[in-house]
Amino acid sequence: MNSLAYQIIFYLFAAIIVGSAALVVISKNIIHSAFGLLFTFFGVAAIYVYLNADFIAVTQIVVYVGGILVLLLFGVMLTNKITQADLKTETLNPVPGLLITLSVLAMLLYTFYFRAKWVTVPVDQQLRGTVVEPIGIATMTTYVLPFEIVSIVLMVALLGAAYIARADRKVQTKEGK
Amino acid sequence: MNALALLLVMELGDRFALMGVVLGVLLTAVAYTVYAERRIAAFIQNRTGPDRVGFDLIPQLKFLKGAIGLGQPLADVIKLLMKEDVVPENANKFVHALAPLISLFAALTTIAVVPYAKGVAIADVNIGILYILAITSLGVYGITLSGWASNSKYSLLGGLRSSAQMISYELSMGLAVVSVVVLTNALNMGEIVESQTSNPLNWNVCRNLLGFIIFTTAAFAETNRAPFDLPEAEQELVGGYHTEYSSMKFALFFLAEYANMIVACTVIVTLFLGGYQVPFWTDAPWFVQVGAFITKTLFMMFVFIWVRWTLPRFKYNQLMDLGWKFMLPLGLFNLLIVASTIVIFGNSLPLSILNLVLVALCVAGSFAAKPQSKMA
Amino acid sequence: MIEAYLPIFAMIVIAIVLGVLLLTLGRLLGPKRSNSEKMSTYESGIEPVGTAKARISVKYYLVAMFFIIFDIEVIFMYPWAVNLREFGVSGLVSMITFALLLLVGYFYILKKGGLEWN
Repeated sequence: MNSLAYQIIFYLFAAIIVGSAALVVISKNIIHSAFGLLFTFFGVAAIYVYLNADFIAVTQIVVYVGGILVLLLFGVMLTNKITQADLKTETLNPVPGLLITLSVLAMLLYTFYFRAKWVTVPVDQQLRGTVVEPIGIATMTTYVLPFEIVSIVLMVALLGAAYIARADRKVQTKEGK
Repeated sequence: MNALALLLVMELGDRFALMGVVLGVLLTAVAYTVYAERRIAAFIQNRTGPDRVGFDLIPQLKFLKGAIGLGQPLADVIKLLMKEDVVPENANKFVHALAPLISLFAALTTIAVVPYAKGVAIADVNIGILYILAITSLGVYGITLSGWASNSKYSLLGGLRSSAQMISYELSMGLAVVSVVVLTNALNMGEIVESQTSNPLNWNVCRNLLGFIIFTTAAFAETNRAPFDLPEAEQELVGGYHTEYSSMKFALFFLAEYANMIVACTVIVTLFLGGYQVPFWTDAPWFVQVGAFITKTLFMMFVFIWVRWTLPRFKYNQLMDLGWKFMLPLGLFNLLIVASTIVIFGNSLPLSILNLVLVALCVAGSFAAKPQSKMA
Repeated sequence: MIEAYLPIFAMIVIAIVLGVLLLTLGRLLGPKRSNSEKMSTYESGIEPVGTAKARISVKYYLVAMFFIIFDIEVIFMYPWAVNLREFGVSGLVSMITFALLLLVGYFYILKKGGLEWN
């Protein structure tokens, strides 16, 4: 196993995540921001693969990229004023903002170097195979009640969406108008 | 980057040869699928189709003549390459160029986990089938973003319709895949094929006929092919999301569309038609397995083309109704039946028998109903 | 496990390189004779009216919302499906409960007309 190749690829994906996340924040065009988010999500999925969490990686792409980002794009397109406006806040507080950023960074670095208990496992003892089966067993035995509650939460979300649909019927417009 | 390339080559070695072969076959197949589609369409519509372009420039290939038009794909590619790349003035140039790349990316990377013979796949990933679903959900972006970036009303409507259609049918596709996972007890593409054995009765098309129909219908919708080709409905939306695309960018969309269709066929073959399994010949040599795989894929491709030129296009509300009010409940129902049978009987034999009886009844019914339909 | 994904990474790189290569080739080979007429947006031969970035129907947004909810449901089914043989009847019952609760929501949006396209 050539670990250098994996390291290079890891940093490549890390660079993609940071770069596209910066685009999300900095870009003045909101569609560009949404587009940047696509690459951020994709990169994060790759990092999950590095953590041997293949199922989480797939869920990340299917739910976030395939669902939530489409929802965001549709939401943006719903309001034409947003797509054309230059996004720029009028309130700028560079000094407090910088202070907060630096203190958060310092905290993170402190935790990273002094407090975190990193799990270091030799290569041969690392997780083998897929995590889908353990996840399935856990959801169906230990966590079966939370699992059923998830479906109630999802049902409530559906009801909320249906409520919005009803409000829409009064002012029904033709598509594209 | 050079170091990375070198490391990749060292690490993967012979896999690169396989990648090269697969991509080469896929791209050639795309060109000749377009040709085959035009010939079959012409046959169905009682026309001749492309029959002029041969390879007359190369003396050794002169015997091929132009009569069956085998040179047509090559001529088309050259024509598209030599065209001017027109980008509308108000378009977002960067996104406009990136959108076809995303489409192509989604089409080409899916093929990586499909097994072509026992143990022969570009990537043997544990969760292969989930990987395919994940990449499929990326495909929406090529179309949505091209529709948005072109700054044209037709493109925007086509792109939107297409993305809503694709996400709607992804659900029933996912449910059909879950029923396959229940039957085969595996997420790995190789294991899914292995569990179907060389006995055609054990293939998922027999055990899970409804799932096969749901998955294939959803695949028509995902690949934007007729009867689900509303996003590019020529008569109403000009070209849909690629109205404002020309030259190589259009060619990339075209390439992605046909590559998607071929890849969808290979996935259907792997999940439902026993993949590389040769009927009644366990552990056939690898080239026979590859041959079986290609034959089955060609058959599915013919079905795709056949359906496109036979069925009329849906209206948009019909399409959404079919997806949400019919396919989604049907997918859940199918999953319930499959899962209950597995839990109660412990094997899938009752399902095969049920499906065979159903098919026999349908065939008998269609023969019995023939005189009546003639009268009507 | 990570080794299994290396060919996929290579495939991703190849797909991107191939796409960029083809685009560049097209740009190099094609003529560049643009004029403002050619560059204008296609609108059946007449002058473009208004902006193309029009507001879209809220229906699309709703479809995406319903999709996310059912997508999560389907995602939950995969870990269940690979283990179904071990769970037996109890696994079947808990998944049927899960799906039934969502079906209640589904029939509600059906009755409220959330899935009507006219």
